Amino acid sequence: MKAVRKFFDTIKPHVQKGAKFHWLHSTYDAFETFAFVPNTTSKTGSHIHDVIDLKRTMTVVIVALLPALFFGIYNVGYHHYLSEGTAAANGFFDMFLFGAIKVLPIVIVSYVVGLGVEFLFAQLRGHQVNEGFLVSAMLIPLVMPPDVPLWMVAISTVFAVIFGKEVFGGTGMNILNPALTARAFLFFAYPSHISGDLVWIAEKADAYSGATPLALAASGTPQTHSIAEMFIGLIPGSIGETSVIAIGLGAILLLVTGIASWRIMSSAIIGGLTMGLLLNIFATTTNPFMEVPFWQHLIMGGFAFGVVFMATDPVSGSHTQTGKWIYGFLIGFLAILIRVLNPAYPEGVMLAILLMNVFAPLIDYYVVQSNVKRRLKYTKHTV
Amino acid sequence: MSNKEPLFSAKNRKLLTDPLGKSNPITVQVLGICSALAVTVKLEPAFVMALSVIVVLAFANVIISLIRNSVPNRIRIIVQLVVIAALVIVVDQILKAFMYDVSKQLSVFVGLIITNCIIMGRLEAFALSNKPWPSFLDGIGNAAGYGLILIIVAFFRELFGSGTIWGFQVVPESWYIDNGGFYSNNGMMILPPMALITVAVIIWVQRSRNRDLIEENK
Repeated sequence: MKAVRKFFDTIKPHVQKGAKFHWLHSTYDAFETFAFVPNTTSKTGSHIHDVIDLKRTMTVVIVALLPALFFGIYNVGYHHYLSEGTAAANGFFDMFLFGAIKVLPIVIVSYVVGLGVEFLFAQLRGHQVNEGFLVSAMLIPLVMPPDVPLWMVAISTVFAVIFGKEVFGGTGMNILNPALTARAFLFFAYPSHISGDLVWIAEKADAYSGATPLALAASGTPQTHSIAEMFIGLIPGSIGETSVIAIGLGAILLLVTGIASWRIMSSAIIGGLTMGLLLNIFATTTNPFMEVPFWQHLIMGGFAFGVVFMATDPVSGSHTQTGKWIYGFLIGFLAILIRVLNPAYPEGVMLAILLMNVFAPLIDYYVVQSNVKRRLKYTKHTV
Repeated sequence: MSNKEPLFSAKNRKLLTDPLGKSNPITVQVLGICSALAVTVKLEPAFVMALSVIVVLAFANVIISLIRNSVPNRIRIIVQLVVIAALVIVVDQILKAFMYDVSKQLSVFVGLIITNCIIMGRLEAFALSNKPWPSFLDGIGNAAGYGLILIIVAFFRELFGSGTIWGFQVVPESWYIDNGGFYSNNGMMILPPMALITVAVIIWVQRSRNRDLIEENK
C-alpha cells in the first residue's frame, strides 16, 4: 500500500495547478481516488457524510456481480460443449476456459471503450472521472448474448455512455440506466444478433436448438429444460442473466450492505407475480405464453437480473420511499405484460425498466406533492 | 425612388444565409421536426422534400407579401392556408406526374407540408410585414436551412442504416455477415428515434461551435 501511495505522491506535483501536466489532472484524480479514499468532502449544499464514497459503493456492486459473471462464463462453455454432444467428456475447467475465452473479450471491450469515452469527456470538460461506469461496464457484457460481435459491443457502449449518460451531465445525472441503454441500442440496431435462437450459444453445433426458455414459452413448445435447470441457470440466455442462484447471492450482498433498495426489489417481484397471476386467470388458447405458471416468469429470461441489478440503480430509479414501491411494482408488472403480450419483444424487462426510468422523476414529484398537501391539511386542522 | 436598395444588399443576403446557420429553423428554432423524422430514411426523398418545401415556402411568402395589405387581419390564417394548400397541391401533382416513385415514398408527407410549422411561421413572422422580394429571399433561405438539415440527417441515416448513398451501395458487399464479413446495417438508424438523435447531435455540434446559441441559465 505504501508503495502505491508513494507512487501517487511522486506524480502529484506534476499535475497540480500551474504544473506542466495539469491538463491531465482529471485522469490522475481518477486513479488516485480509485486507490485511496479522498480526504476532501463536499463543501456546498446539504450532504449526509458517509464513511464510504461513490467509488467504494461501486466496488461492492462489482463484487455482487461476480457470481453472475463466473456462472455466466461457466454456462457459456457448458452449452457450447452440450451442443457438440461432448459435455460429459469435458470437465469443469474446459468449460470455464472456453467460456472465459468467449466472455472476457466482451468485458474488456466494454471497459476499454466505455472508460475511453468517459475519460475523454472528463478531460474535455475538466470534470472528475466518475466510477459509475465501472459498474455499467460490468453490467453491459452480462446482458449481451455470448455470440455478439465485439464491434457491436463497442458501438453500443459508446452510444450508451454518450447518450445515456454524458449528454445529461455524467454520473448521477443520467435519467436512463446506461447498461440497459447499451442493450436497447443493440436490440433495435442489430436485432438478428440479440434475439432469435442463433445467438445464445457460442459456436454451437449445427441443428442444435439454442432457443431460450422464453422463446419456447412464447411459441408454445414444451420446455427443454427443467425448472431446476432454469433456477440454477443451465439454460441459454444472456451471459449473466441465467442463474437465479448467482444473482441471488449478489442480491443478498447488495441488500446487506444497503446499496440496493429492498423496496424496489420486493415490489418488482410482487408486480411480476401479480401480472403473471392475472394472465393465468385470463389465459386464452391463442397465446400459449399466458398459461405459463406465474412464478416461472421469475426464473426465465432476464427478470431476476433486471430486478436485482438494473431496477435498483440508485440514480435512474425513484428516490422517495413510496415512489420506490410504485416504481418497482410497475417494472415487474410491465415487464411480464410486454413479455407475454408482445411477441416482438420477448425481453420485456429491459423495456419496462427503461420506461420506468423515464417515469421515476414524475413518480417522485407526485409523492412529494402529496406529502406536502397532506401536511398542509394537518396544519390547517391544528391551527 | 432614387436610393433604391440593391437586390442583394447585405440585409437581403442575411435573409438568405442566416437560416442556414444561426437561425436555422430545425436546429435553432426547432420547427418542422415531424417531417424531418419521416422523410430522412433515404437521401433521395429527403432531397425532393427539401426542394418541395423551398418552392412552396418561397412562393407562399411572395403571394402573402403581395396581398398583405388587403387581407383583413382576422381571417389571415385561413387565407395563408388556402395559399399554402394550393401550392402544395401543385407540387404534389408535379411529383406524381414526373417522379412517381419518390412521390410514393414521400406518401402523405408532401401533403403534410401544409401543416409544416416553418411555413406558417415564416408567413406570420415575415411575409405579412415585408415586401415581396425580401419575403422571397426569406422563404428560400428558411426552406434551404430546413432542407440542409434534412439532407445531413438523411445522409447519415442512409449510410449507416442501409449502407447506401442515394441508392448506391457504398459499404462493400463483402463486408456483410451474409457474405462472410463482419458488418451489418444499423437497424436503429432507420427507426424514427435515431433521426431525433441525429438532429440532436447536429444541434450539439452547432452549439459547441457557436456559443451565442446557448441559452443563459436563469
